[in-house]
This record gives sequence, C-alpha cells and structure tokens, in this order.
Amino acid sequence: MATPAAVVRPTRTLRKPLISGDELAKAFTFFFAALIIVVTFALVWQLWIGSSPAKEKFGFRFLTSSLWNPVTDEYGALPFIYGTLLTSFLALLISVPLGVGAAIYLSELASPRLSNTLTFLVELLAAVPSVIFGLIAIFSLVPLMRDYIEPALQNAFGSTPLFSGPAFGVGYLTAGMILAVMTFPFIISVSREALMAVPREQREAALALGATKWESTWQIVLPFAKLGILGSVFLGLARALGETMAVTMVIGNDPAIHASLLAPGYTIAAVIANEFTEASGKMYSSALVELGLVLFALTMLINGVAQLMIVLTTKKGSAKA
Amino acid sequence: MAQVMTSRNRRRNAVNNVMLTLTGVCAVLTVSTLFLILSYLVYNGGKSLNLDFFTKLPLSPGQEGGGMANAILGSAEIVLFASLLGLPVGFLAGVYLAEFSPKRLGFLIRYTADLLNGVPSIVIGIFAWTVVVRPMHQFSALAGGFALSLMLIPITARGTEQFLLEVPRTMREGALALGAPMWVTIATVVVPAARKGIMTSMILGVARISGETAPLLFTALGNQFWSAGLNQPTASLPVMIFTHATAPYEDWHRQAWAAGLVLLGLVLVANISARMIVSRGASLPR
Repeated sequence: MATPAAVVRPTRTLRKPLISGDELAKAFTFFFAALIIVVTFALVWQLWIGSSPAKEKFGFRFLTSSLWNPVTDEYGALPFIYGTLLTSFLALLISVPLGVGAAIYLSELASPRLSNTLTFLVELLAAVPSVIFGLIAIFSLVPLMRDYIEPALQNAFGSTPLFSGPAFGVGYLTAGMILAVMTFPFIISVSREALMAVPREQREAALALGATKWESTWQIVLPFAKLGILGSVFLGLARALGETMAVTMVIGNDPAIHASLLAPGYTIAAVIANEFTEASGKMYSSALVELGLVLFALTMLINGVAQLMIVLTTKKGSAKA
Repeated sequence: MAQVMTSRNRRRNAVNNVMLTLTGVCAVLTVSTLFLILSYLVYNGGKSLNLDFFTKLPLSPGQEGGGMANAILGSAEIVLFASLLGLPVGFLAGVYLAEFSPKRLGFLIRYTADLLNGVPSIVIGIFAWTVVVRPMHQFSALAGGFALSLMLIPITARGTEQFLLEVPRTMREGALALGAPMWVTIATVVVPAARKGIMTSMILGVARISGETAPLLFTALGNQFWSAGLNQPTASLPVMIFTHATAPYEDWHRQAWAAGLVLLGLVLVANISARMIVSRGASLPR
C-alpha cells in the first residue's frame, strides 16, 4: 500500500507549481457561469430592496387593496393581480383545447413530413415579437371585437354580468384572445413532443383490442403524456402572466376590478410599462417595483412547476428508448 | 344483439371521425394565424413602406412623411451592444456547463439560467433601470443593451450546452488519446464540431432580443432624433412601433406598420435561416 502512494506523490509535487491549462480553462469558464447566478441573485435583491418602502408602508394591504392613486400616494395591487390572472385564464381557456387538439393532429395523424413543416410554422409564430401582436390587435382585433363579436356576445348572454356593459373593443376578453395566440405555439410544440414520446406499443395494444383511433388517443395516449401536456400548459401560463406589450396595447388601462369580460382593465406588466417612466415619487416607483416583485414570484412559481413536469415526462420518454 | 352492437359501433365511429377532424381543424386554425398575421402586416406595411422610412427622421404629428432611420440605427446599436456583452458570457457559461461542471453545481447553474430565462422581460427592465439608469442619472442605449444582454445570456448558455453535449464522446476520446489536454480538445475539436448548433442558438437569441420592447421602455427610452451617443436616450424599432401605434395620429400609424413589417421581416429571416442551418425539425432550445 505504501509503495504506490510513494510513487504517485513525486509526480504530484512535480505538477503542482504549474497551473494546468485545464484548471485555468475551468476557472475561466466557471467565472462566466457563476455570473448567471450572481445576476439572478442581484435581480431578486434589487426587486426586494427597491420595493421595501412600499412593503413597509402598506404591508400585506398592498396585495388586497384595490385603490391605486398616485395623487394621494395610496397603492393597492389587487386590480392588476386580478387583471393578470383573468386575462391569462381566458387565454388558456382558448389556447389549451386548440393547442392540445393541434398537437394531437401533429403527433397522431399527420405524416412526419407534414407534422414537421406545420410545427416549424407554429414555432415561427412563437418568434413574432409581442409588440407586433399588439400592433395587429389594435387595428384588427379591437375594431372586430367592438363592432361584431362583443355586441353578439351581449345579445346572446347580455343578462349575465360576464358580458354586461358597453363594448369598447379593448378589455379583458380582447387581451385574453391575443394572449391565447401568443401561448398556443408553446403548448403545441411541447405537447407534441410529449405525445410523440409515448411508446408505440401503447397505441398498438389499444388498437389491437378494437379501440378506434380516437379512443386509443383519448384513453391511452393522452393520459400517458398527461404530465408533459400539463407542463406545456404551465409554460404557456407563465408566458401569459409576464406578457407585456401586446396586453398593454389592448387592455384598456383601467385600474379597477370589473366582473364583465368586456370591460377595460389592467395587468401588472401593463401598469409597469405605462407608469414606470413617469413615477416621480419614491413611494410611487417603489410600489411599481413591488408589482414587479409580485409578477416575478408568480411567474417563477409557475415556471418551476412547468419545468419539473416537463423534466419528469422526458425522463419517462427516454426510459422507453 | 347484433343490431345493438352495430348502432354502438356506428356511434363510436362517428365520435372517432368528428374528434379526429376537430384536431385537424385545430391544426389548421393555429397555423393559419401565422399567415393571417403575415399577410395583414405585409398588406398594411407594404402600403406604408418607402425609401424615406430608412433614411429620414420621424416628423412631429400632423406632418406627412418622414421615416425611422434613427430607430433602425438605435436598434442596431442596442442589439450589437447586447450581443457583445451577452454572447461571450453565455457561450463560456455554456462551455462550463457542458464540459467542466460538477453534477450538483451544474444543476444549480442550469436551473438558475432557466429561471433567468423565464423572468418577464418587463422585470428585466426594472432591474436594468435600478442598476444602470439610476446610477447614471440617464436613460441610454447602454442600459437598453444591458437589459437585452441579460435575456441573451441564458438562451446562449443553454443552447451552447445542449449542442456541445451532442458531440459524440468518441471525438473527445480521440483527441484526449492523442495527448491533447482537455481544454485543447474542447477548443479545437468539440466546439468546432458543435459550431453549427451554437451559431443557430446565438442567431435565434439575437433575433428574439431584437424584437423585445418591454426592457427598453425605461432603459433606452426613445428619441425622436438621432441619439447623441451611447450614453443618451436612443430610439429603437420596437419602442417606436409601440409609441406610434398607440398615438392618435393617422400618419404615425402608417409608420408603425412600416416599422412592424421591417422588424418582423428581420426576425423571421433570422429564424428561418437559423433553422435551415441545423436540420429541419430538430428540436431547438426554447
């Protein structure tokens, strides 16, 4: 035992004074990788201390008050939280069935060539900058909603509070629709991958037992890919919550809570975008930073869940390979 | 009995056909959105786009004509600065993640990078405002570029990592067996082998940040004139689209459409060419 150690030791001491190129390269690249952690911590830290005046003054009331008045320096975040959650929920209501349906078509029915081409196009849609969605929505979707869709909804369901009030064109529903278009590319491409990771034998077994194509898809394939699809939904939700420009351009900028989906509202990201530059007072900008902190916490939570679900299904998928 | 079976089967077949058709309808609806957006933008933007757009400054409301030359230059400056800052950092971090990182630390950095990638862009704007604009007492192209580089770093790092890991183990072993140290192997064998993929993720990253508006709103701000320098408020195409589209002037709307067409054209060309580099249908980092 002693001899090998004695043999090894001299070579070590010989090497020691020199810094090997590998160690240098490792330390050098580590510096940049660590920068990612440093920047992220700095971001959270700045949000935390930047919002401390507002946190000290309003405490928990900030989250439950619906008063937003820069003149009297009173700030409550509830209308913005409500608007953010409501528009994102509306978006998912539209984009989940549409996205999962399209993903089923792409993974189960379309030929690989068609499927890849269509997925490529859908992923291009994900690359369209959000301000362009906003631009198009202002001049096409908003008039369309104001003149046709919203009056039609009022005629049909006007007695319920959900569709009451005048039709402005801008508001929760319009923002939700734009967000739906911005989220389904994510839902489609991730769901499709999850569906394609389902082992072929699962489908064959169901079909061999006499199930129709749809029965095999609905009862066997979808449950198998459930977690990955759910992950894609959470990914879309995280994007919808943090989405700024398109929503800012169609939400209507009204810091109040309305039951009607046709009413103008406000979201967290939109109020920061509109008011941050003109926030003169210390408390005003601090309240906006706290809104940023709330938005950050919300999206991080949702993103974390999404990441976990997607990792779990890809693991399951690779296990069969 | 037989009759019951057939009526039941008929119903099952009908459900099958209806549902499968519906999934096809979903696919058509979603894909056609892209074409709807493109054609609407090309129609409106094409009407408004002319040479002046690229060479003239914006005019004050009420005057006809003008262009967005300052915003084109401003966007280029901001994105170039963001790339100079973000691409090397992201690339080197990606090399560390793929080649050197111990398991647990690697997981931590990877997770943090994904976290940073998921931060809403408006929140990135707040951060850049606190650490650059406030100390400098000045909105600037630098602050805008800094904000965008923060979005570019995690995209580049994860992309670089993914494509480095796809390089076959045997290539590394071959170089190492010839006596090359690890870092020489990485620099002369592994990175060149993953060159295409890394380039692709870089192009996609730059394309993504060049369309970002929210982080620029209170960092680069905006400017109706030529920017006086990198440390001064600077116009950019996305912010111009926002301010012009939401303003109540007819002529500004036309300019916004032209700017939208130019911006989307650039972004889509970058995306399509990047995806042509790697084989089509290959999964790309999001």
